[in-house]
Amino acid sequence: MSAVKDHAALAQAFNKDEKRVDWHDETLWFVRAKRDRASHGIPDWELLRETASQIKHNVLSNMHDYLVQFEGNALANGIKIHWAADAAEHNAIVLSILKEKGIDRMVKSKSMLTEECHLNDFLQDNGVEVIDSDLGERIVQLAKEPPSHIVLPCIHKKKEEIGDIFHEHLGTAAGESDPQILTETARQHLREVFLTRRAALTGVNFAIAETGEFVVCTNEGNADMGAHLADVHIASMGFEKLIPQRKHLSVFLRLLTRSATGQPITTYSSHFKKPRPGQQMHIIIVDNGRSIQLGREDFRNSLKCIRCGACMNTCPVYRRSGGHSYHTAVAGPIGSILAPNLDMKKYADLPFASTLCGSCSNVCPVKIDIHDQLYKWRQVIVKNGYSTKTKTAMMKGMTLALSSPAIFNISGKAGRLALKFIPFAVNNGLNPWYKQRDMPTPPEGSFTDWYKKNRKGEQP
Amino acid sequence: MSRDSILKAIKQNQPELRPLPADVDFYFEQTEAAEKFKQVLEFIGGRFVEANNYAAVKASLENTFPQAQRWITAIDEFSELATLIQPGDPHELENVDVAIIKAHFGVAENGAVWVTEDLMGARALPFITQHLVILLNRNNIVPLMQQAYQLIAEKDYGYAAFIAGPSKTADIEQSLVIGAHGPRSLTVFLLDSDN
Repeated sequence: MSAVKDHAALAQAFNKDEKRVDWHDETLWFVRAKRDRASHGIPDWELLRETASQIKHNVLSNMHDYLVQFEGNALANGIKIHWAADAAEHNAIVLSILKEKGIDRMVKSKSMLTEECHLNDFLQDNGVEVIDSDLGERIVQLAKEPPSHIVLPCIHKKKEEIGDIFHEHLGTAAGESDPQILTETARQHLREVFLTRRAALTGVNFAIAETGEFVVCTNEGNADMGAHLADVHIASMGFEKLIPQRKHLSVFLRLLTRSATGQPITTYSSHFKKPRPGQQMHIIIVDNGRSIQLGREDFRNSLKCIRCGACMNTCPVYRRSGGHSYHTAVAGPIGSILAPNLDMKKYADLPFASTLCGSCSNVCPVKIDIHDQLYKWRQVIVKNGYSTKTKTAMMKGMTLALSSPAIFNISGKAGRLALKFIPFAVNNGLNPWYKQRDMPTPPEGSFTDWYKKNRKGEQP
Repeated sequence: MSRDSILKAIKQNQPELRPLPADVDFYFEQTEAAEKFKQVLEFIGGRFVEANNYAAVKASLENTFPQAQRWITAIDEFSELATLIQPGDPHELENVDVAIIKAHFGVAENGAVWVTEDLMGARALPFITQHLVILLNRNNIVPLMQQAYQLIAEKDYGYAAFIAGPSKTADIEQSLVIGAHGPRSLTVFLLDSDN
């Protein structure tokens, strides 16, 4: 962990500005609270979650046949289907579609898959300009940063910083930071983009095997503005976006936005079934490690994810370390169980960026056992030799102390004496627990001592 | 193309078949559907107006949008107030101020209305217009998304959407701004009759 900064190092940088951390923490908790109000308004919330979870289990267990069914129906609807084994193949397919039409400028709505594939950089290097049309994504694109949250891409940015970016790139007055005025500026700027781009790329929220259609959910209307004005519509999807039947949307659309932002539904839930006359519609079905994850019994359930972001908003680590500290396209708890599948060495730090409090699993609308998987990934990572040396040594030390009563007692006494008489030995920068906090006042004796004194005559 | 190798890997790695859950009925609070629809629509930033007939809608619209220059509709009966939409290049809809269309039905729990391509006239219209007006019959409000999908499970369309309120964003510090890329306002007229 020297060349690439790990979660702990990146979180430390984020934590330098304590006020900002508090603001970030509170903003995300505000979103989590909205999710609570929305879900508590549905008497059958738990039944909905269970139903969604069962549908997704069925999908994972019948993925091959559903994909073949989806492909057949989409082809019959006049949609072109492409298959990409990895990010490179996905990006090459997008480029070839554009080249065939002689297009070198594209508008794109939110797609975490294209972040995962680093599509923008690839197209840029091949002479194609890409403009992200979701407001939050446009802001981070202008700032030359990746999104820090899958639903709220620029949640880490203050409006004054956004004002500076708009002043530099879109010509707003210096110091202007009113969200109303900034949004109106982006509206005018992006309207010109929508009207002039001949190709639009969107993500896919759900793809329906039974009908060969796909559904895209936005609040801004940017996916529709792009797609309906373009000659070519490309939709990129990980294969796990499939659901069996159209009626199953009734379960997922009730859960998705209530879990994400606390809204009853997104403003637009757009069902694309056939290209409009004269338009070309393409779907790229992407694997990029997903078929491997499907084979990992302990981790395959991560593919049930519908990308609502609820696990991030509730996570005490995410809220206080920021999305960029996860150095991957999908941050937070769900990202930390998805990323090690792609590259166990590069993302070995992520399953450790958690307190295992279990809040993520409790809010997950499709009941993914996120915190259990985080715990299991830690074991896989240590076994494969990808954990840091200090962490491995610490774990070995703990194993020794916890397996021998004599060593446990001596260690406890030593710890209490150290905290009492030589606090500087632990209150220093070498101890990560000292960061952002003071060590506690040590108790006079151990719990065993206390028990012996106060519970005389009872069998301990 | 990697189609076959991807499908082969999936077949090899997918777990043993698990059944789909049985269809279940979900609970809905027994308030009047129209009242619940109104509450939710207003909560998500939409306008809700009750009207007896099309004449009342027309009178209301002329008062609501006195500045509007270009009116487009996909409803024959509104062709005096607005231009009937013609097939053609969607870019020509760039400067539409007000668009008037019908919805098949509304959903009480989330304030959404279901509109298929044939009711839009053009897919771009409900998005590119500055203000969107949707007509909904009082008898066509269902309580939950479950009933909504029962109505549309077997329907064919090229494109369709649930539309819930005006276009919006809260991407800047979670401050809600109405009018992101799509309409700056959405008005739903609840009608007792279809003329």
